[in-house]
Amino acid sequence: MTLAHYLVLAAMLFTIGAVGVLVRRNAIVVFMCVELMLNSVNLTLVTFARATGTVDGQIMAFFVMVVAAAEVVVGLAIIMSIYRTRRSASVDDANLLKY
Amino acid sequence: MSDFPFLLLMIAVPAVGAAVVAALPRGRDLLAKQISLGVSLVVLLLAVLATVAFDAGGDRFQLTSSVSWIEDFGVSFALGVDGIALVMLLLIGVLVPVVIGASWDDEPVGTRSMTVFFAWILLLEALMVGVFAATDVFLFYVFFEAMLVPMYFLIGSFGGPRRQYAAVKFFLYSLVGGLIMLAAVIGLYVVSANQGEGSFAFEVLNAIDIDPDVQKLLFLGFFVAFAIKAPLVPFHTWLPDAGAEAPVGGAVLLVGVLDKVGTFGFLRYCLPLFPDASRDFAPYVLALAVAGVLYAALLAMGQSDMKRLVSYTSVAHFGFIALGIFVFTTEAATGAVLYMVNHGLATGLLFLVVGMLIARGGSRRISDYGGVAAQAPVLAGVFLVAGLASLALPGTNSFVSEFLVLVGSYPSRPVFTIVATVGIILAALYVLLMYQRTMHGPARGLMGGHDLATPDGGEPAGPAGDTGGATATATVTAAPATARRVPDLSRREIAVASPLVALIIVLGVYPQPLIDLIEPAVAATISDVGGDPGGAEPQADTDAARTEAGN
Amino acid sequence: MDTVPADGLLSASWLLIALPLAGAAVLLLGGRRTDRWGHLLGTATVAIAFVIALACAFSLDDRQVAVHLFTFIDTGSLEVDAGLLFDPLSAVFALLITGVGALIHVYSIGYMAHDPRRRRFFAYLNLFVAAMLLLVLGDNYVALYVGWEGVGLASYLLIAFWHERPAAATAAKKAFIMNRVGDVGLALAIFVMFAQLGTVTYEGVFGSVGLLAGGTVTAIGLLLLLGACGKSGQFPLQAWLPDAMEGPTPVSALIHAATMVTAGVYLIARSAPIYDLTETARTVVLVVGAVTLMIGAIAGCAYDDIKKVLAYSTVSQIGYMFLAVGLGPVGYAAAIAHLLTHGFFKAGLFLGAGSVMHAMDDQVDMRRFGGLARKLPITFVTFGLGYLALIGFPFLSGYWTKDAIIEAALDRGGVSGWVLGGVAVLGAGLTAFYMTRLMLMTFFGRARWAPSAPGRPAPHPHESPSVMTVPMVVLSVGSVAAGFLLVQVFPLDEWLAPVFGEPHEAEHVIAPAVVATVVTAVMVLGVLAAWLFVGRREVPVVAPERVSVVTRAARKALYADAINESLFMRPGQWLTRALVWVDNRGVDGAVNGLAAGLGGSSSRLGRAQTGFVRTYAMGMLGGAVLVAGALLAVTAG
Repeated sequence: MTLAHYLVLAAMLFTIGAVGVLVRRNAIVVFMCVELMLNSVNLTLVTFARATGTVDGQIMAFFVMVVAAAEVVVGLAIIMSIYRTRRSASVDDANLLKY
Repeated sequence: MSDFPFLLLMIAVPAVGAAVVAALPRGRDLLAKQISLGVSLVVLLLAVLATVAFDAGGDRFQLTSSVSWIEDFGVSFALGVDGIALVMLLLIGVLVPVVIGASWDDEPVGTRSMTVFFAWILLLEALMVGVFAATDVFLFYVFFEAMLVPMYFLIGSFGGPRRQYAAVKFFLYSLVGGLIMLAAVIGLYVVSANQGEGSFAFEVLNAIDIDPDVQKLLFLGFFVAFAIKAPLVPFHTWLPDAGAEAPVGGAVLLVGVLDKVGTFGFLRYCLPLFPDASRDFAPYVLALAVAGVLYAALLAMGQSDMKRLVSYTSVAHFGFIALGIFVFTTEAATGAVLYMVNHGLATGLLFLVVGMLIARGGSRRISDYGGVAAQAPVLAGVFLVAGLASLALPGTNSFVSEFLVLVGSYPSRPVFTIVATVGIILAALYVLLMYQRTMHGPARGLMGGHDLATPDGGEPAGPAGDTGGATATATVTAAPATARRVPDLSRREIAVASPLVALIIVLGVYPQPLIDLIEPAVAATISDVGGDPGGAEPQADTDAARTEAGN
Repeated sequence: MDTVPADGLLSASWLLIALPLAGAAVLLLGGRRTDRWGHLLGTATVAIAFVIALACAFSLDDRQVAVHLFTFIDTGSLEVDAGLLFDPLSAVFALLITGVGALIHVYSIGYMAHDPRRRRFFAYLNLFVAAMLLLVLGDNYVALYVGWEGVGLASYLLIAFWHERPAAATAAKKAFIMNRVGDVGLALAIFVMFAQLGTVTYEGVFGSVGLLAGGTVTAIGLLLLLGACGKSGQFPLQAWLPDAMEGPTPVSALIHAATMVTAGVYLIARSAPIYDLTETARTVVLVVGAVTLMIGAIAGCAYDDIKKVLAYSTVSQIGYMFLAVGLGPVGYAAAIAHLLTHGFFKAGLFLGAGSVMHAMDDQVDMRRFGGLARKLPITFVTFGLGYLALIGFPFLSGYWTKDAIIEAALDRGGVSGWVLGGVAVLGAGLTAFYMTRLMLMTFFGRARWAPSAPGRPAPHPHESPSVMTVPMVVLSVGSVAAGFLLVQVFPLDEWLAPVFGEPHEAEHVIAPAVVATVVTAVMVLGVLAAWLFVGRREVPVVAPERVSVVTRAARKALYADAINESLFMRPGQWLTRALVWVDNRGVDGAVNGLAAGLGGSSSRLGRAQTGFVRTYAMGMLGGAVLVAGALLAVTAG
C-alpha cells in the first residue's frame, strides 16, 4: 500500500461526494455527500500525516470533524424547518436564494 | 468683536434649530414654523453683524476659526470668509426666512409632516453656511456632499408628482460630480504631501506650485463637480426636473443658493489652486458658458411649464456667471459674484411668485393661465418686477451684474461677449412671453373657468402667438360668466415678496456697497490666476500706438 | 468746452428726475388710497419739474454744468458715476419733456377720467418722464443706457395699459423686443468704448475718441446707430412703432411722437464728436434717415387707421431728423429744431386724434369718420393748425425747421446732395398728401359714422371737456409759433453752440428762397393730389380691395412685418422647438439612457441567480477546477 493508493481512494470518495452534491435532489443525500467530501479530505490529511511522520495533519482532521459535527447540527435543523414548511426535502423546492 | 464666532454660530444655530424642530411632536406645525422663522432671522442677524465686523480692506480671510479634526491627514474644521463668501452668507440669511414665510401655508404631500419640512430647511441652511465658510478643502467637500441630503428629502418628500424621479436624478448627478471631486481632493492632498506636510487648508494649498499636467487633471476633477452643480450646459438636465418638482421653497434655495456653490467653487478653488490649468481650459469653459446662455434661453422659450421655464432661465444666467469668472478680469469677476447674489434674489422672487400663481391655479402649465393681471394686479406687479430683474433691466440689481460681466469680458474676449450679449434679447423674449401669456389678455384657462378643452390647452409652447393674437381674440368675445376670481396676494405673501422686491430695486440703484465687499477678494483671486487685478487697461488700438508699433 | 461743477439752482437739477420718480413710487405703492388725488399728484410733479427745468435753463448761461450724485459702479478700472450733465442740449430736451409732458398729463386727466386704472396710468407716465429725463441728463453712456431701457419699460407698460386686449399686449412685447435689439447695439458700443478708452463718460470719451483708429470709431458709430434705430423706429427696426398705437392716445402723443422716439436723434447728436470722425457711419445714418423717411411717408398714405397714419408720419419725420444729424455739424441744430417743433405739432395732432376718438366711441377707422369739423370745432382748429405746421405751410413751425433740413441736404452738393435733397422734397410732398387725406377723411365730407360694435348706438360726436382742449390749444400755439421763434427770434443753433460749435453760414448750392419756393410748390401739389383722389370723391366705408400693387404694399407697410416674421420669428420658433426636442431626447435622453442601460444590464445579470443551490455549487466547482487548472498550468509551465 503506497501513498498513492490512499490518495486515489480519497480522490474517488471526494469525486463521488461532489457529484452527489451536484446531481442529487434530496437534501439529506446532498448532506451525506458533503460529509463524504469532508471525510475524503480527512483521509488525505491523515495519510500525509502518516507519510511525513508528524501529527499536524491528524490535528487538522480533528478540527474538520468538529466543524462537520457543528455543520450537521445547523444543517439538519435547516433541513427540518424547510421540510416542515414545504413538506419536501428536495433542494429544488427551496430556490428563494435569488435576486 | 471679530473674535466672536459668527460663522460657527451661523452653522450651529440652524443645526440645533433643525434638531429641535424635528423633535417636535406631530401636529405642532405652528410652533415649528415659529421656531424656524425665529432661527432663520437670528442667522440673518448674525450675517449682518458679521458683515459689520468684516473689514473689506483687511486680510483675505477673516472671522477665521480652526479646530483640528482628523489630525493624521491634516484635516481641520477651519472656517473663514472672504468678501465673496460673505455676500453669499448674506444671501442665505435673506432667502431662508423668505422661504420659510413663503412655505407657511404649504400643505404636506401625503402623510408627511410639515415640521419635518422646516427641519430640513434649517439643516440645509446650516450646511449651506458651512460650504461657503469652509476654508479647508476636505471640510468643504464634506459640506458639499452633506448638502445633498436635506435637498434630496425636500424634493423627494415634498415635491410635485414626479418628485421621486427628480430627487434621484438630482442626487445621482451631484453625487457623481462630488465623487470625482473627492478624487481630486485626495490628489490635492497627495501633491501637498509630496511637497512637504500634507494639508487640506486652502491657504497652504494656494501657496504650493503644482505641476501643470497634474493641475489639469485636478482642475477637471473639481470642474466637473462644479459644472454639474452650477450647472453648465451640457450637465444641466437635472435642474429643470429638480426645479420643477421641488416645492417652491426648496426650488428657491436650490437655484438661489445651492447652485451657486458651483460658481463659487470655480472662483474659490479652480482659479486660485490651478491657475495654469484654468488659463488652458478657459476657452473651452467660455464656449460652454456662452453656448449655455443662448441654448438655455432658447429652451426656456420652448417650455410650457412655468417652473421648468424659470429653471432654464437660471441655466442661461449661470452661463453669464461662468463667462464673468473665466475671462479673468476684475470687473467681470466682480460682476459674476454680484450676479450670484442678484440671481438668487431675482430668480428666487420669480420662483416665489410663480409658486403663488400655481397655488391659485393648481397647474404649472403656462397655457392654463391668462389675464391674471386684471384680477390680481399686485401679483402681476411682483411678477413683472421679478421678470424684469431676470431680464436684467436697468434699475434692477441684475443689470449691474450683467453689465459688469459683459463690459469686463469684452476687452479680453470680444467674440464671446458679443455672442453672449445677444442673449439679452432672448432674455427679454422668454420673460415677456411668459408674462404676456399668463398675465395679459382676456381671462382664460383655469382663471377663466372655461374652455379648458380648447386647443389652447394643448398647444406646444413656442414663441408663437405674435401674429396679432387672432386666436386669443376669438376667446375674448366668449368671456365667461362663471369666471373665477383670482385672489390677489395676501398680506403674508406681500410680506414675503417685499423684502426681495426692495433689495432688487435698492441694489439696482446703489450696488456699490456690495461691490466694495466683493472686489478685494475678487482682485486676490484674479491675481492668483495671473490676471491684472487692477482691471482692464484701455487697449492700444489707437492710431498713435499703431504708428509706434510700426516704428 | 469744459464742464463746470453745478452751483445754485443747477445743483438741484436732480430734482427733475427725482420728482416724477417719487410721484410714480407714491402712486404705485400707495394703492387705491391714492385713487382720488393720484392724477393730480402725477401732473403736479411734472409741472413742477417743468418750472425747475425752466429756471435751470435760464441760469445756464452757455455753460455745461456737471452734477455729481453718487458712485454707481466702481470696480477694477471701470468707474461709473450717477452724474448729470446740464448743458444747452439737455436743457432743450428737459424743457420739451417736462413741458409737453405736463400738458399731456393735464389732457390725460380728462382722457382717462372713466378708466378704473387711471392712477396707475399716471404712475407709468411719471415713470416715463423720470426715465426720459435721466436719458437726456445723464453725463455718461451708462446713465443714458439706464434711462434708455427705463423709457422702454415705461413704453411697454403704457402700450400694454389695456392689457386685456391681446393686440395691445402683443404690441407692447413687440416694442420691447425690437427695442432690445437696438439696445444690444448701444450696449456693445459702450463695451467698445470701455475696452478702447477705459471710460464711459461723455467728457472722457469725446476727449480721447480722436486717438482711436478709424475703423473702431466707425464701429462705435454704427453700434450707436443700431441703438438709435431701435428706439426711434428707424429702418430696419421701424415695425414696432405703428403697433405701439394700441396704447392710450396720450401715450402715443408723449412717448411715441414727442419724446421717447426722438431719443435716437438725441443719442446721435450727443455723440456728435464721435460721428464727426467717421464719414462712413454718418453716411449710414443719412441712408437710414432717407430710407425711413420714404418708408414712413409711403405707408402713411395707405393706412385708414388715424393713429397709424400719424405713427408712420412720426417714423417719416424722425427720418428727416436722422437725415439732418447724418449731415454732420451743419445738421445737428436743424435736427434738434425740427425735433422740437415736431414735438409740438405731432403731440398736438395725437391729442386731437384722441379727442376725435373720444367723440367717436374709440373708433380709429377714418373711413367711418367724416364731417367732424362742425361737431368738434376746437379739435378741428387745433388739429388743423398742427396739420399745417406738419406739411410745412409757409411761416408755420414745420416750414422753418423742415426747410432747414432740406436746404442742408442740398448744400451737401454733388450727387449725394441732390439725391438726399430730392428724397427730402419728395417726402414733403408725400407728407402733404397723406396728411391732407387724413384731414379730408376725418373732418370733411359726408358723415360716415357707424356703431363701434354691433348692438351699440351710433356715436354722437361731442367736443371734449376743456381739460383736454386746453392742452391742445397750447400745443397748437406752439405748432404755429415755435418754428419762427426757434429759427428767427431765439436762434437755436446759437443756443446750442456750446455743444455743437458756432453756427456758420453754409455755402448754398441753391438759394434758400428757391428751395423754399420749390418745397412749398411740392407741398401744394401733394395737397392737390390728395384733394383729387380723396376729397372730390365719396370715401368708401370699406377699403377697396382692387387696388394697385403699390397700394397693397403700402398697406402692409412695405411688408416689414412679413419680413421680420419669415426671417426671424418662424426660424426662431422652429429652432426653439428643435432644441427642446434635442434637449429632452438628446442631452437628457443620453443621461436617462445611461441610467436605463445600467438598470437593464444589472437585471439581465441578475437572471443568472436561479436560486438552485446545485447551480451555485456547480459554479463553485467550476471555479475551483479553473483555479486548480491555472495553478497547475503555472507551476508546470
